[in-house]
Amino acid sequence: MKKLINDPKDVVAEALAGMELAHPELVISHDPAFIARRDAPVQGKVGLVSGGGSGHEPLHGGFVGPGMLDAAVPGPVFTSPTPDPILAATKAVDGGAGVLHIVKNYTGDVLNFETAADLADAEGIRVRSVIVNDDVAVKDSLYTAGRRGVAGTVLVEKIAGAAAERGDDLDAVAAIAQRVNDNVRSMGVALTSGIVPHAGEPSFTLAEDEIEIGIGIHGEPGRERISLEPADAIVDRILRPILEDLPFSSGDQVVLLVNGMGGTPLVELYVAFRRAAEVLQEAGITVARSLVGNYTTSLEMQGFSLTVLKLDDELTALYDAPVQTAALRWGR
Amino acid sequence: MGLDTAWARAWVSRSAEVVSEHKTELITLDREIGDGDHGENLDRGFTAVLAKLDDLPAEARPGDVLKLVATTLISTVGGASGPLYGTAYLKGAQAVADADSLDADAVVAFLTAARDGVVLRGKAEVGDKTMIDAWTPAVDAASAAAQSGAGGAEVLSVAAEAAERGAETTDALVARKGRASYLGERAIGHRDPGAVSTALLLRAAADTASAS
Repeated sequence: MKKLINDPKDVVAEALAGMELAHPELVISHDPAFIARRDAPVQGKVGLVSGGGSGHEPLHGGFVGPGMLDAAVPGPVFTSPTPDPILAATKAVDGGAGVLHIVKNYTGDVLNFETAADLADAEGIRVRSVIVNDDVAVKDSLYTAGRRGVAGTVLVEKIAGAAAERGDDLDAVAAIAQRVNDNVRSMGVALTSGIVPHAGEPSFTLAEDEIEIGIGIHGEPGRERISLEPADAIVDRILRPILEDLPFSSGDQVVLLVNGMGGTPLVELYVAFRRAAEVLQEAGITVARSLVGNYTTSLEMQGFSLTVLKLDDELTALYDAPVQTAALRWGR
Repeated sequence: MGLDTAWARAWVSRSAEVVSEHKTELITLDREIGDGDHGENLDRGFTAVLAKLDDLPAEARPGDVLKLVATTLISTVGGASGPLYGTAYLKGAQAVADADSLDADAVVAFLTAARDGVVLRGKAEVGDKTMIDAWTPAVDAASAAAQSGAGGAEVLSVAAEAAERGAETTDALVARKGRASYLGERAIGHRDPGAVSTALLLRAAADTASAS
């Protein structure tokens, strides 16, 4: 294992210390660990809290700031945070209008956020939760933990954050977040595995010429393993199930997010974007907004995911609204 | 002696040792069908419990020790196993809160409440390839042993054995809960790490009970 770390057990804490120094517009609480915008709690505004295991940066800490999250709660690498820091973050950002929890659909995250929401409720803070489950690679049935939350989470956080910033109440912000989740679909591919620092070995192994279609952001298996193909063929393989799932249709306006998993260069992400945009155009779907880059990573995994969100006028306006975070900033 | 507070403390210490000894095994099992953090998380949790044991007042009852385990696991473990084990110890502790020492019936009450707590949080059933595949056989075996007149230590020993066999049965199962459920048929042939850790913890309970 070759990693830019000091001690595996210090990775998350030292990264937080780094964020604190690099981004004076953020407030970092070290114990319990959470990242909040400096002006939190914003009186009268719904607070947005997300979080989950570390190793997916910039998700979620890179998305804390005006127009997006009020706080992010980082757990250990690939492990959900416990209820205490989630509760502490929830209390820190409650400006009297209640708090929305944005939770990726993993058993651990859901259980810990649920427990924290119960505790916050007992302290008189109104909490609503939206579960993000945009990954079409997993069959959604009674017999699995359900679809996973992946890069679509970034769009839920961006758009719900804009709704909170314009003054929507808690139920309205939750409804917007739910609407984004209902209209967003994603799927990913791995070329190599990430290495969890304290595990010290790859989470899974792929042969030199093998790729995993439908990979999860913790290296969970996807739909199938196949031999490496040209980029265009890989894009086609994951874009088709995304489009069929919603389904997206001719005339739709969409956000197209080509997300790097951490170890794939931007130049390759643009190669993938080119093909994805081409396929969408052929299907009569307009790419109204686009994002290309590392937004929801899986440590140093080589790979990428595609996320498509169907827009309407309101979602487009909220997407375009100003945002000022470490990893996403535009407008104003 | 019996299963008193000294036993509960000994169980915690032995649990911390056992989890530490099996940390790598649990990580490996979890990496195969989950996300590879189970051994690390449980080890962190029981290390934290161990550090807090000395803070308990001298008059603490077994239930107080078990409650300390619960709250510490909830606040230190994370993942799914933190809330699940935390709830198990919390509900179990409540079931024996007034006892100065646990007889066979109290052991059964503890195990039953703990298992019901895990079901309440995780909503898994027997056959879903989760820790319930260890908990439920343990509860059933413990209950049968208590009815036929076994003592508390014997009941725990029977429960540990049933949990170990239960963990083995998860090899053949497709997972329906947790991260392993994403694997479908590919989970077959792998043992569920949560069921294995449950069996380890119950074995620690039985070993310390027969020594006390």
